[in-house]
Amino acid sequence: MRWKTTEYAGWGRALRATGDLARPERVTALAALMGESPAPAIGNCRSYGDACLNSGGKAVQMLRLDRIKGFDPTSGIVTVEAGMQLGELARIFAPQGWLPAVMPGTGFATVGGAIAHDVHGKNHHGVGSFGQHVRALTLIGPDGQTTRITPDHPLFRATVGGLGQTGVIVSAELQMLKCKGDVIVVTERRIEGWDEFLGHLDASDASYTVGWIDATAQGDALGRGILEEAETGSGLVTAPGRAKSVPFDAPGFALAPAVVRAFNAAYFRRVPQKGRTVVKPIQEFFFPLDRIRNWNRLYGREGFHQFQCVVPVDQAPALRAMLERIAGSGLASPLAVLKRMGPGRAGMMSFPMEGYTLAVDFPNRARAVRMIADLESDTLAAGGRIYLAKDSLAKGASLRAMYPEQRDWAELVNATDPDGALATDMIRRLDLRTV
Amino acid sequence: MAVKKGEVWILLGATSAMARAMARQLAERGDALILTGRDMDDMAATAADCEIRGAHDARVVAFDARDPETFQPIIDLLDERIVNAAVFVGSMPDQGDIDSDPSLVDGTVMDSFTGPARFLQQLAPEIEARGAGVVVGVGSVAGDRGRLGNYVYGAAKAGFHTYLSGLRNRLTRAGGHVVTVKPGFIDTAMTWGIEGMFLVAPPEKVAADILKAADRRRDVIYTPFFWRYIMAIIRAIPERVFKKMSI
Ligand SMILES: Cc1cc2nc3c(=O)[nH]c(=O)nc-3n(C[C@H](O)[C@H](O)[C@H](O)COP(=O)(O)OP(=O)(O)OC[C@H]3O[C@@H](n4cnc5c(N)ncnc54)[C@H](O)[C@@H]3O)c2cc1C
Repeated sequence: MRWKTTEYAGWGRALRATGDLARPERVTALAALMGESPAPAIGNCRSYGDACLNSGGKAVQMLRLDRIKGFDPTSGIVTVEAGMQLGELARIFAPQGWLPAVMPGTGFATVGGAIAHDVHGKNHHGVGSFGQHVRALTLIGPDGQTTRITPDHPLFRATVGGLGQTGVIVSAELQMLKCKGDVIVVTERRIEGWDEFLGHLDASDASYTVGWIDATAQGDALGRGILEEAETGSGLVTAPGRAKSVPFDAPGFALAPAVVRAFNAAYFRRVPQKGRTVVKPIQEFFFPLDRIRNWNRLYGREGFHQFQCVVPVDQAPALRAMLERIAGSGLASPLAVLKRMGPGRAGMMSFPMEGYTLAVDFPNRARAVRMIADLESDTLAAGGRIYLAKDSLAKGASLRAMYPEQRDWAELVNATDPDGALATDMIRRLDLRTV
Repeated sequence: MAVKKGEVWILLGATSAMARAMARQLAERGDALILTGRDMDDMAATAADCEIRGAHDARVVAFDARDPETFQPIIDLLDERIVNAAVFVGSMPDQGDIDSDPSLVDGTVMDSFTGPARFLQQLAPEIEARGAGVVVGVGSVAGDRGRLGNYVYGAAKAGFHTYLSGLRNRLTRAGGHVVTVKPGFIDTAMTWGIEGMFLVAPPEKVAADILKAADRRRDVIYTPFFWRYIMAIIRAIPERVFKKMSI
């Protein structure tokens, strides 16, 4: 296997790495590689921080192993190679009445990446996390051995949400979810403030629910935003337009506070006072940002950070205080997301817990970095946790305290990969494999 | 006349990234596939993938350019449907390795030229009998001019180009057609991590170009298209200058 020395970055582009990447096109090539020089897998580098980076080391990019190996139209179980992107899976199966059970906010995430972070979607309150729909997976360990892992296998809960530390996931059997077709019927509603938002999120019985928050609004308007509730449907809508691309790094003023405030106000007023129901292709609802390729370049060369935490239901006031801190700073960028999470999680290091999750983007500047540190302490104090798929700034000690099974996980992982061949920049930064 | 739906496509060398991309695109328009090559497990995965994406059916058969015994069983699979073929096989050992081990010349020529040519000789009567069918031969810009870095591979591909032009002459009069494809640098396992690659094109783009060329019965295409101009310049360099260059 040839290795290519590459500079690559997490989606936030604030953290980068230079290292050797392999990109096998056949399973035999992957197995041979793992036998010779085991390395962590990476998917499409849609995690924001350093989960997908291995500076000065090797990594195996999985995008070329992306085939559908089998599908049972009665049960909706599909077997796919781990480099398959979720948006492609949805494109192929939605017209046949099936969707991946869980889809994150980008269709460019791979099945391997979705398992390794046990991702959640806009239906987490109803169906739980991605890993809960994995029937089995095939793993090549750092010893080069291939093992089929079902949910009763001791390594299952260490692999789901396991940050690639148990081996390279080659393929997985996924239980998909029935859908009515490849369009989605979305009801959008203006929400005037925080309490109203939580009330609506708690009461929503839609299959898919997401809240867009104007993280610049303060005072009475704090927590205002748009609630989107959706169900799949069938029928004709105009096909999604061609993707546009951000061709270069934007200058610093592109996301200046005044611009963001104006954008947010307009985004909010886009939805009429009394709400509306629209029908769109599923991609536009599930992956709204994928239409603009490389939108992460809008933040310029320095990149950006996403802060995402979840806090237990009874800690809603603490989350409100965090939002106040964010709004007061004037640093937030347009898109902030508020969701109600259910208890569903499938791995020892999975992020979800029953409660509310808030995700906000910040440009990579000293003041934002300091504020994110404060938000991290707030999260810990509230008994919540920070999402590793988004993190690039947390401190190891507080992070580890947020994940009660971290030690048990580290023990299992260290036994599986005693030489630490699969460690990544994130594992080292947060000391995640320390027992 | 465009290639119609529901036809059969034989892909020689179906484990290559370019062939896989083309198989998927053929699958999405409902064609039937015969995938051939050496790694049977890998082709089985591609076949399953193609059937789920809409292929009429996808079969997997062994093909080894260096083993002519494997050729006839592929031909024997054909029924009365129109048959098309695309040749992706070829091998490019490091020129330095060939320089120190001249016996590598034979395998390179067999993989990239004589093996596929002999197979196509066996297939040609089938196309003539049906009065239709397209052969796509994937050659290389390396075949346009012999150069220091890969002249044995280049020579094999040049031979293949000449063969394809003759086959085109033969099949055209029987209602068939031959497309010669000259890819530049394509982003595959073959070029991954090799120094000096530029303007590397994704295999999906190349596959789409190939299908379009087959539909429109183009004779010779470069893909991506700009390689036509790059190669025009390279061919225009006088030999007395070229022989001292290392490009
Ligand atoms: C716009 C956007 C919206 C998002 N929305 C959501 C959301 O709503 N919910 C959510 O949960 N997440 C969300 N995410 C995060 C994203 O879903 C995860 O980061 C996901 O892991 C990215 O997948 P990837 O294939 O790019 O993996 P990478 O980022 O490349 O890798 C992530 C991790 O997975 C491991 N990994 C990847 N492939 C394999 C494999 N084959 N075997 C073993 N380990 C592997 C890597 O080692 C690494 O630890 C969003 C990201 C973006 C950019």
